[in-house]
Amino acid sequence: MTPTKAVQGTGLDPAATMTRDEALSEAHRCLMCWDAPCIRACPTSIDVPEFIKRIANDDLTGSARTILDANILGGSCARVCPTEVLCEGACVLNDLHERPIDIGKLQAYATDDVVFGDIELFTPGVPTGHSVGIIGGGPAGLAAGAELARLGHEAVVFDANPLPGGLNTYGVANYKMDESTSLKEVEFISSLGVEIRSGVSVGSDVAVADLLAGHDAVFVGAGLGSVPPLGLPGEDFEGSEDALDFIANVRSQRPDLSGQRIAVIGGGNTAIDASTQAAMCGAERVYLVYRRARGEMRAYPHDIERALMNGVEFIHWAIPVSIDGDTRVSGLTCMRTEYVDEDGAPTLVPVDGSEFRLGVDRVLRATGQQKRVGFLDTLPDVELDAAGRVIVDDGFRTTNQRIWAGGDCVNGGKEVVNAVAHGKAAALDIDRTLRTAAQKETRHG
Amino acid sequence: MADLSVNICGIDSPNPFWLASAPPTNTGDQISRAFDAGWGGAVWKTLGEPIENVYSRYSSVDINGHRMMGLNNIELITDRSLEDNLVEIQEVKRRHPDNALIVSLMVESTPEAWDEIIKQVEQAGADGIELNFGCPHGMSERGMGSAVGQVPEYTCDITTWAKASATTPVFVKLTPNITDIRAAARAAKNGGADAVSLINTINSITGVDLDSFTPRPVVGDKSSHGGYCGPAVKPIALNMVSSIAADPFTQDLPISGIGGIQTWQDVAEYILLGATTIQVCTAVMHYGYRIVEGMSEGLSNYLDSKGMASVNELRGLSVDRVTDWQDLDINYVVKASIDQDACIGCGICYIACQDGAHQAIGAQRSEEGRTDVWIIEDACVGCNLCSLVCPVQGCITMEERDVGQTHMTWNEFAGDEPPGELIPRPKHGITIGGD
Repeated sequence: MTPTKAVQGTGLDPAATMTRDEALSEAHRCLMCWDAPCIRACPTSIDVPEFIKRIANDDLTGSARTILDANILGGSCARVCPTEVLCEGACVLNDLHERPIDIGKLQAYATDDVVFGDIELFTPGVPTGHSVGIIGGGPAGLAAGAELARLGHEAVVFDANPLPGGLNTYGVANYKMDESTSLKEVEFISSLGVEIRSGVSVGSDVAVADLLAGHDAVFVGAGLGSVPPLGLPGEDFEGSEDALDFIANVRSQRPDLSGQRIAVIGGGNTAIDASTQAAMCGAERVYLVYRRARGEMRAYPHDIERALMNGVEFIHWAIPVSIDGDTRVSGLTCMRTEYVDEDGAPTLVPVDGSEFRLGVDRVLRATGQQKRVGFLDTLPDVELDAAGRVIVDDGFRTTNQRIWAGGDCVNGGKEVVNAVAHGKAAALDIDRTLRTAAQKETRHG
Repeated sequence: MADLSVNICGIDSPNPFWLASAPPTNTGDQISRAFDAGWGGAVWKTLGEPIENVYSRYSSVDINGHRMMGLNNIELITDRSLEDNLVEIQEVKRRHPDNALIVSLMVESTPEAWDEIIKQVEQAGADGIELNFGCPHGMSERGMGSAVGQVPEYTCDITTWAKASATTPVFVKLTPNITDIRAAARAAKNGGADAVSLINTINSITGVDLDSFTPRPVVGDKSSHGGYCGPAVKPIALNMVSSIAADPFTQDLPISGIGGIQTWQDVAEYILLGATTIQVCTAVMHYGYRIVEGMSEGLSNYLDSKGMASVNELRGLSVDRVTDWQDLDINYVVKASIDQDACIGCGICYIACQDGAHQAIGAQRSEEGRTDVWIIEDACVGCNLCSLVCPVQGCITMEERDVGQTHMTWNEFAGDEPPGELIPRPKHGITIGGD
C-alpha cells in the first residue's frame, strides 16, 4: 500500500512538496484537536485533523478526498494560501511554543497525486439537464463549475484570457506556484466535466443576453481589473507598468533581471509579491515605496519577512511624485510623507522640499486593482455597492434572480481560498434553486 | 555517586545492567564490546544443539511514527557451534573477570543432555547458567523452551537436573505465556533455582502485509508466530515481576527483570518492584550498547537525589505498594484540575472525557474562537484520563481532596461493621430527560 508520488516528473515545484518520511513525521505531530481551530480558520472548512490523520495512516486517497470534497482547488490553495494567518496561524501548537503543523505542505502532499497525477477520485454527476454559464475561469468560476459538474449540471466557463485559471495562472507570484501547476489543476477541473472556453470575452465575443438565454443560471466570477495609472508625469515611459503585468510576465517569460533597479509602489500583497519576485529574478536593487509605516502595510507579516530576506529595500513614509526619463524610465522622484493633525484627525501629507530620487529602470505600481464596474454594469438588474462590489445574498445570488456571483468581484479582492468558498457556496445554491424549480414544474406542468 | 554494584545469588556485578540472551550477546566480540561500554553483565545467547534459522526474522510495531514500540522475532537459539562459543566464553571471562557472565542453555529434556552442556560452560568460566524455558517459537515445537516453561512439573524436574549438575548459580528464565506466572516461579524454586529471569517473549503476530496478505516477518509466502518484546511489553513484565516478589513462597527468590527496558527510569521501576538485576535486549538492538551510559548516570543521579548510597536500598520498596483491589481505600478522592494558563485549547481532554470516560469536562468556544475547557467537579471520578491525554506537560493535574472521611476498603465497607461513612459518589455528568 505504499503510495507512489506522481509529483516527480510533473514539473511541480519541489519546494511545495514533501517526501513520505517528511509527511509522516509532520502528520504524527498533529494533536487531532476537538473542534479544531484550523478548520474554523479555513474559509472552505477543510477538516484538517482528519486529512492529516489519514496521511499518518497511509490513506492518501482518503486524505485527498477529505480535502478536495471541501475545496476542489485544494492543490493550489496548498501553495498560495496565507496559511500563516489561516490554518497554521490557528494551530494550537503555536501556544505550546512549538512550530505549528505544516498544513499547507501536507495538503499538497495529499492532493498532488489526484490533482496533478493520474488518480481519479471524482466523476461528473448524473446529468440533470440544467446548464450554468460561468463568467471567468479563475478560482471562483472553477470552483463553482467543478461543484456544479459533480452535481450533474452542465457547466460552461467563459474566460477572456488566452489561458484559463485566472489569478492562479496569471497573478500569483511564481515562487508560490508556477503557471504550469495552475494549468494542470485546470485540466483536473476539466476532467470533472467542466467545459472551459478560453479566449471568449463575455460582452464582446458573447452577449450577456445570449448567455442568460442559453443557460438556466449564470455565475459571475469576473475578478478585478488592472491597477490604474497613478496620474504621475512619465507614467507612460517604457519600464513603467502594472505590477500584475510584471508578475504575469515573469510567469511566462522567466526573465533574468540582473543589473536592473526596480521600484515597486504600494504596501499590499501585490506590492510584496512583485518586489520579492523581482529580487528573486536577480534584480540588483529592489525598492518598495510605501507612504506609511511597516505596521500599516496590508501585506502579511510572513510575506514582508520573505521580501526582507530576499533583499527588498523598504522605503517608508514616501510617495512617488514623478517618473523620470525620456522614453525609458531612469528614475523615480518621491517625497517624504508625515501625519499632520487636521481637525483632530491624523492626515497623511507630503513634506515640502523633501524630494529625493531613486535611480531605477522600472517602476511597478501595485496600488490596488480597479473593480470591473464597466462590465458589471452590463449585467441586467445586478446591483453593486458604493465600492463597486457585486451585492449578493447568503447564497451568493445577486439582485438578478438568475445570476450568482463570487470571488474578488464580490469581496473586493481577497485570497484564492475565499473565492473557492464563494464559488462552491454559489454552486450549491444554484443547484438547490434549479432542482426546486424543476420539481415545481413537474408538479404543476 | 551512588554505588551501583549488586550481588545476585552470589554473583557480583559492577552494576545491575545486564544484556539479555539475544542477538546482542551472540558472540564473544559483542559481549566484550558491551562490557567495555559499561554493561555489568550479560547472558550469552542460548547454547544448545546447532540449529538453522530462516531468512527474515524480526517484525515490529510502530506507534505514531515511533519505531519499534514492540519487536517480534522468530529467531532460534545460537546457530554457531558450541566449540566456538566455549572458546569465546573463556576469552571474554579472561578479559573481563569482574563482569557477570551467565550462559543461557536449552537442550533436549534429558538429565544427560543438561549435565553435559552445564559442565562444558562452567568449565569455560561461566559465572552462572540460565535455563531457557521461555522461547515461544520453533524450539517449543521440539519440546524445549516454553514447552517446558508452560508446565510447572517439567520446570521443576529440569531445574532439579540442572541443579544436580551445576556448581554455579542456576537462573530459570520464565515464559509469560502462562496464566499465572507465580506457578512457574514456585516450580523453579521447588526445583532448587537460585534466581528467576523474566519475562521471556510473548507469543505474537505483529501485523499482516496488506498487499501480500502474509503476516510479518515474511518467510516466502508464510510467517509464524514469534516472541514479542520491547517497550510495549514492559507493563506486563512489571506485573509479573511484582507478583513473584510479593508471593510469600517466592519472595526471597532473586529476580533478574526483563522486558522493554530502555531508560534509567525503567530500571528503577523494576528494582522498586523487586528485581536485583535487569536485562536489556530490544533497546540495544535499536540503539546499540551506548545506551548504558545514560542508564548508569541517570540511575546514579536518581539515587543521589533520594539520598541513597547504594542501589540495594531501592530494591523492593514498591512491592508492598501493590495490593488487591479490595484493599484499596474507597474514600480516597482526587479530582482533575486544569491550569488555564498552560492550556492550549486543543479540546482533547474534553472529547476523551465526553466519549471515553465520565462526561466531567465542559467545553465552549470562547469569543476569540478558542476551545475553553473546565472540570465539572461533581461529575469528575478522578480517573486520570484527561491528564493522560493532555499534550501539555503539567497542565492537567490530579488534586487530592480531603473529604474528612476515614480510610475504608471495600472489604471493610461490605463487612458487618464498616469503620465509617462512604464518601458521596460522583454524579453522572449528563442525564437525559431528568435533573
